[in-house]
Amino acid sequence: MKKGVMRPGHVQIRVLDMKEAVEHYTDLVGLIETDRDDQGRVYLKAWTEVDKFSVVLRETDQPGCDFMGFKVLDEDTLVSLTQGLKDFGLEVEEIPAEELKGCGRRVRFTVASGHAFELYADKEYTGKWGVTEVNPEAWPRGLSGMKATRFDHALFYGPNLPEVLDVFTNVLGFHLAEQVMDPDGNRIAQFLTASMKEHDIAFIHSDEPGQLHHTSYYLETWDDVLRAADLISMTDTSIDIGPTRHGLTHGKTIYFFDPSGNRCEVFCGGDYTYPDHKPVTWTADELGKAIFYHDRVLNERFLTVLT
Amino acid sequence: MPAYQVFNRTTGDSFTCNGDQSVLKAMELVGKKCVPVGCRGGGCGFCKIRVVEGDFECGKMSKAHVPPEALAQGEVLACRIYPQADLTIECVPQPVDAIVEQATRAKQTTTRPMR
Repeated sequence: MKKGVMRPGHVQIRVLDMKEAVEHYTDLVGLIETDRDDQGRVYLKAWTEVDKFSVVLRETDQPGCDFMGFKVLDEDTLVSLTQGLKDFGLEVEEIPAEELKGCGRRVRFTVASGHAFELYADKEYTGKWGVTEVNPEAWPRGLSGMKATRFDHALFYGPNLPEVLDVFTNVLGFHLAEQVMDPDGNRIAQFLTASMKEHDIAFIHSDEPGQLHHTSYYLETWDDVLRAADLISMTDTSIDIGPTRHGLTHGKTIYFFDPSGNRCEVFCGGDYTYPDHKPVTWTADELGKAIFYHDRVLNERFLTVLT
Repeated sequence: MPAYQVFNRTTGDSFTCNGDQSVLKAMELVGKKCVPVGCRGGGCGFCKIRVVEGDFECGKMSKAHVPPEALAQGEVLACRIYPQADLTIECVPQPVDAIVEQATRAKQTTTRPMR
């Protein structure tokens, strides 16, 4: 929050078949459909989120991620961060208010890893789903599937990680929470946060730009992660790995795929961080353990299957 | 539902696949590993194969991994094809020599009498 970026606000995911995708993200993951637009995009949110949407699905012939957006404190912050991005040398695109329904103007830029990000200050405040603002109950009835509580973070694969780190830390005020270093001193993974969460966004090096590794949704308990695994089996959903624990962040996790092959994670727990914490470092020779703390071996599919 | 034989001529493996089952799923169910398994959703391109012979139906696949010109040459994702006849497939990319050599070696292996 050092420079006014509050949190991940939304992600737009490309899917091959909208009907299948909506079923996956609502019936299975437990997000709630909040709107559709004349482009055919479907808007979803998790129940604890206060704004109108956090996940947008767009049907096309190539799965992956269009962009991820971060909500900033206010309009003044948006103006100053936009100037910061321009001063850094990035091209900035203005997206008018209501291009996404219920969302104010957005400022879009593409970083050196080939991923598009957005900043925005305003989005329609609809409150937490299914609970009242005053004297709220613990959770709403009527949630589906895994009952995900929020869109938490995304992990992207791409090149030029040092430049990406520079933008996120020096321009946007994130700090580096965790990293993986190779023997030559290159940072091959960087987990960045604008909050106390161990990651609001993460990057792993690959030569191919602009790739999505996964979007991640937060659950409350390890039992919820186990139950998510049960649901993955009950629905014959494509599983990747888990339930298990990460070395990086120490989160408890399971990975699976949406019907278009975009990887999803639901997880709970994980470490916390403050801006005065030194980055947690893992070394590349322990990468297997860093990624899957119990297996302790490199998993080729997890490292190379991307959209 | 009719069942068909799928023969991977790169590795020499063969397995049965129902007409309503993807080739990748049928392979996984019998525990074979002759095609790499990725997302199983037509998105990552990990399970790309070439169908050399046989008819099949095809679900939606990422254009990034199967552009029209590749599809025209029989390149598909195993997770998204459903056989309508016995299929002969091969792994891609594979140099021609390697295919011949592996198929020959595999054939020798499979025809060796069991003891």
